[in-house]
Amino acid sequence: MNFNLQWTWFHRLGSPRWFYQKTQRWLPWLAIATLALLVTGLVWGLAFAPPDAKQGNSFRIIYLHVPASVVALAGYYIMAISGAVGLIWRIKLSFMLMRSAAPIGAALTFIALVTGAIWGKPTWGAYWVWDARITSMLILLFLYFGVIALRHTYSNNEAADKAGAVLSLVGMVNVPIIYKSVDWWQTLHQPATIKFTGAPSMHPDMFAPLVVMIIGFYSFYSLALILFARAEILRREYRASWVRQLVTNQPAEK
Amino acid sequence: MPTAFSAVFWHNTVLIFLGSNSPLTTHTVLKVESLAFERNDAVLFQPVDFELKAGEALQILGVNGSGKTTLFQLLTAILPSSSGQISYCGQPLSDCRYEYLSDVLFIGHQSGVKAALTVEENLRWMSPNNTSCEKISAALEAVGLSEYAQIHCANLSAGQKRRVALARLMTAQAKLWLLDEPLTSLDKQGVELVERCMCQHLTQGGAILFSSHQDLAQVTTRNYKLEPVVEVA
Amino acid sequence: MANNLSGGFKAYLHRDLLIALRDRGDLSKPLMFFLLVAVMVPLAIAPEASKLSAIAPGLIWILALLATLLSIERLFSEDYADGSLEQLLISPNLLMMPILGKITAHWLVIGLPLTLLSPVIAIWFSLPISAMVPMMLSLALGTAVLSLIGAVGAALTLPRQGGVLLALLVMPLYMPVLIFGSATIQAAVDGLNWLAPLAMLAALLAVAIVLCPLAISAGLRIAKNG
Repeated sequence: MNFNLQWTWFHRLGSPRWFYQKTQRWLPWLAIATLALLVTGLVWGLAFAPPDAKQGNSFRIIYLHVPASVVALAGYYIMAISGAVGLIWRIKLSFMLMRSAAPIGAALTFIALVTGAIWGKPTWGAYWVWDARITSMLILLFLYFGVIALRHTYSNNEAADKAGAVLSLVGMVNVPIIYKSVDWWQTLHQPATIKFTGAPSMHPDMFAPLVVMIIGFYSFYSLALILFARAEILRREYRASWVRQLVTNQPAEK
Repeated sequence: MPTAFSAVFWHNTVLIFLGSNSPLTTHTVLKVESLAFERNDAVLFQPVDFELKAGEALQILGVNGSGKTTLFQLLTAILPSSSGQISYCGQPLSDCRYEYLSDVLFIGHQSGVKAALTVEENLRWMSPNNTSCEKISAALEAVGLSEYAQIHCANLSAGQKRRVALARLMTAQAKLWLLDEPLTSLDKQGVELVERCMCQHLTQGGAILFSSHQDLAQVTTRNYKLEPVVEVA
Repeated sequence: MANNLSGGFKAYLHRDLLIALRDRGDLSKPLMFFLLVAVMVPLAIAPEASKLSAIAPGLIWILALLATLLSIERLFSEDYADGSLEQLLISPNLLMMPILGKITAHWLVIGLPLTLLSPVIAIWFSLPISAMVPMMLSLALGTAVLSLIGAVGAALTLPRQGGVLLALLVMPLYMPVLIFGSATIQAAVDGLNWLAPLAMLAALLAVAIVLCPLAISAGLRIAKNG
């Protein structure tokens, strides 16, 4: 019985209602933090950071491209881990988070691809180059599409959740393998392209706004994930009395 | 042979010795307590409670869509239940899954008959490993398919395919039979045959849970009616 | 239906092979597809040996991938439709061995014949004879990985019977096999060490044999409820 007491926090965390009410208070703060970080990072990066020695001002797109790629990749792990938590502890909320994470991750991957293509034109002279990172991002986009498409295969919500979780776990095992193999494939073919210098070797004045932007994107991701999950909770729990109360008493509330 | 049965036997003997509880004369094979199932957050039927003792047959009734097939899937552990408990010989299913499933014979809506295999191959595949050839041909004889033994099941009618599946009733060594609509697409003789098999199984101390829309003439059964859930607005 | 571990493997391997051999029309379709698409390529591009041999390593692998993908859909769908999947799911034993048995049968029916047919395509595309053995080894190992990964997709898409969705789920996961498979042939053509990419394929196979049955058995149970 003692065991049960210790785990109440865990199960309360898994309650959609608790999540919905708790995040109500977090949302404004998170929104302010996101906005502040993104505005600071963008202004700093686009206007004040020094231009690159070789690429001039065109390098500045990394302040969108790199954070989007980083968070898109992390988003896949967030999705797969929430799926795993849902499978193991049978927590509904965690499935809802998984389901919400898929479209956000796909959107970020798409942003990363588009900004990569735009950046590629002045740098490599072509919108599309089969660079290892970009190719991996493209595969990641299709992995996200798979998880999103699989959901519509099932008429039963619970089965759809579990199937999505299994698929994202399979994908999670595969993502590092895909990254490594694409990397290896890239070195094998050695294309005549400019190798993008790794982030740590960047000048600190260029690197600092990038860090701000990455944190800003993570914060934006959390905000979007919470908003998506809240909508998902309302959609799925519409039979629950607290949702009915919420909808009927406070029509101003979303 | 079933280990769970002997476990119950020793359990009861110990209970007599301790004098704490009187053992059941005919022991309960399957006990279902307030079993419920939700699909898409909608409850499918009123909580199910019943007991099935050795030598007993229980008929599940219910209108179409009342969840009879789902109940069978819960009882075969294909589906996880949302709440409630199933116990086999006094043990919760989660503790004796292997023993329980080894003692169960389940024939579902779909017979599990492979179209590309012959009648005999199908029966052999679905029967326990140590089934003798004589037993298989006797079972085929009984269901009236001995001339069809070497015919591919793709060429059989729906009723004949059902007979192939039901021939398992004669080769199986399971204690508990779970039969979901065993009588569909069977003719009168087929129904009588199934009833004979069921009677024999019951006299040997087996237990049967089945669903059917028709009443059986030879087998005395108890009924359990699945009640649909009326949505309260 | 057997009690011991290997029994489930052997029983399902035997049954699926028997069914596949009875239904020879279905058996040969993916192989015909494999050869037919290969015939299309010189007609669409150019019948020049230099051009064809340049694209051959990748092309053979893409064809193998498509042929496996076409056939993997049927791995569980028939069992699902006729109710024998239900019988498999309620067997008291672990699902791993029957699943591995079914996949081995699939590989023997698709992957192995593809491997044996591949020299024909290699000759059509003027690949050097020295690349023949590495090509066949890479196909033998790689198609087994394709069958294993494809089976995960086949299990998860059972309620909708695979189709395009199956391809969408599985193709991104096929990427490493494709890369190391064609790299093996390319390395052999270039006279480089082809054992390294081949060893990577073997490693992928080892990982897939361990992990895929887990995902497949979870997927089959989920799909039954979908």
